[in-house]
Amino acid sequence: MERDTDLKQAVLWLVVFAAFALVPVATASKYHLLLAAHILLWGLFAVAFNMLWGVTGMLSFGQALYFGLGAYSVGLMVKHVGPGWFLPGLGLGLVCSVILSLAVGLLIIRVSGVFFTVLTLAFGQLAWQITFRWYHFTGGDDGVQGIIPPGILGNGLVYYYFILILVALAIWLMHRLSQSPMGVLLRCVRQNPSRVPFLGQSVRFSQLRIYVVSSFFAALAGSLMAGADNSIHTDMLYWTTSGEVILMSVLGGIGQFFGPFIGAGVLIVLQDVMGAKTEYWPLMIGIVMMVMVLLLPRGLVGEFQALRVRLKSLVASR
Amino acid sequence: MECILKLDGLEKAFGGLRVTASVSFSVKEGELSAIIGPNGAGKTTLFNQITGHLLPDRGKITFVGEDITGLSPQQIVKRGMGRAFQITSIFPEETVLENVRMACLSRRDEALSYFRPVHRFKEATDQAFAILESLGLHQQADRPAFELAHGDQKLLDIGMALGLEPKLLLLDEPTAGMSPDERQLTRDLIRRMWKEFNLTLIFIEHDMDTVFGIAQTVRVLQLGALLAEGTPDQIRSNPQVITAYLGEDLA
Repeated sequence: MERDTDLKQAVLWLVVFAAFALVPVATASKYHLLLAAHILLWGLFAVAFNMLWGVTGMLSFGQALYFGLGAYSVGLMVKHVGPGWFLPGLGLGLVCSVILSLAVGLLIIRVSGVFFTVLTLAFGQLAWQITFRWYHFTGGDDGVQGIIPPGILGNGLVYYYFILILVALAIWLMHRLSQSPMGVLLRCVRQNPSRVPFLGQSVRFSQLRIYVVSSFFAALAGSLMAGADNSIHTDMLYWTTSGEVILMSVLGGIGQFFGPFIGAGVLIVLQDVMGAKTEYWPLMIGIVMMVMVLLLPRGLVGEFQALRVRLKSLVASR
Repeated sequence: MECILKLDGLEKAFGGLRVTASVSFSVKEGELSAIIGPNGAGKTTLFNQITGHLLPDRGKITFVGEDITGLSPQQIVKRGMGRAFQITSIFPEETVLENVRMACLSRRDEALSYFRPVHRFKEATDQAFAILESLGLHQQADRPAFELAHGDQKLLDIGMALGLEPKLLLLDEPTAGMSPDERQLTRDLIRRMWKEFNLTLIFIEHDMDTVFGIAQTVRVLQLGALLAEGTPDQIRSNPQVITAYLGEDLA
């Protein structure tokens, strides 16, 4: 039975991957390609965030800190050192995200619940303020423009496939993690933290581990975003960016690994479609979110799964 | 027989209230013993100190020849001490199998593996299933733990402790909230587990049929202090224990 689900999952993986790989074939529009890239990168960011929240039960309101860190490592490297320094910037961002999340994590994982959330928000906003004010280094509110990936990656199509492969690899790694003993341990930490020490495991270290992992992949998403948009902006560090991944996770379902990815896709498409029709699109998004939380609290993927289980048992009982 | 657990002058106070008052005793390896006493006598607090959940104010705890006073619960678990809780403490959304498998993985230092899917850890899975079988929970292995009946959840809690292959197992009121029939079953089960897994077992209990039915040694706590220690017969006829706790009818 367990091998069966392994196979089903592999097939599902291939279908989703192929769908994104075929986007450039289906449309010649550069805009649609950018939209698909955004779905991939926000999807990666949201899945990484949900490893913290949905899996481990740590609601961070400051993951924009690491998303922005990745983006600004690339952007500032290109701006101050040279256009060829895109990839070293990406590497630097990833290294910095590990170091910073370890340091911040050691400080804030002492507290839990709403205090943890407020501290993550504080650190996020601190980073935003610094970036906003330090004009001659970060470009302040102007951000950095003209970030072109080097060499063959400068081609939009090549860069899209570059993103696709990295995002697929990253999400696959996190999926493996979520199915592994450590993934189970993280779920245990959420469900009953006081029991975990009596199984010989540390709650704090489990939380710290996933905080670093989640921040690492947030930084990866941010740094790739810099190349996709060819620009970075202080908004990437603002609290609304942290809020965005929360919305995506709720929309798709926080109890499902792929929920936040689907949520990211739906939210981005919604924003795009509604944004073209009405200037009141944030209001529409707000209404959609309200309906979701009130009527479909398990999120799109979660409700779909629940429906499938119910149908199955209905068929079985006949 | 060798002594596996030794308490030396253990003291603990919450504010002005002495909850553990210079408690000293030794537990022999392989012993099946009970701790009894009126509510508020400090039984669970004593367990909490032995397992590292609470730090005693004074005194020393020796486990398998090593001073474990001040160690964290997870360090003490790694040295071979398992515990099940008075108020059932399980992982409600995980399956019954997963609850026990987590303990088995932890015992094998595999709990932090982050790449191989959990169901491919064959040894831990087999061991978890074997434990469920001896507890009679194997038919419910794939159900989420919250769906189990109260009595079965208590068993699952014990099963998780067994997954750690402990040398010493502490059970806090294993039959609390159970029907008389379930109590009888649990009593038999505890005795069987004790033999099957070669455990040293200490349990806290209010049900006197269980205490006098299976314990080899009984210790009585009152107001945080050790009032008496002896075989069930000695305890039953101890006049101090009768006035403090048992009452005339049980004597």
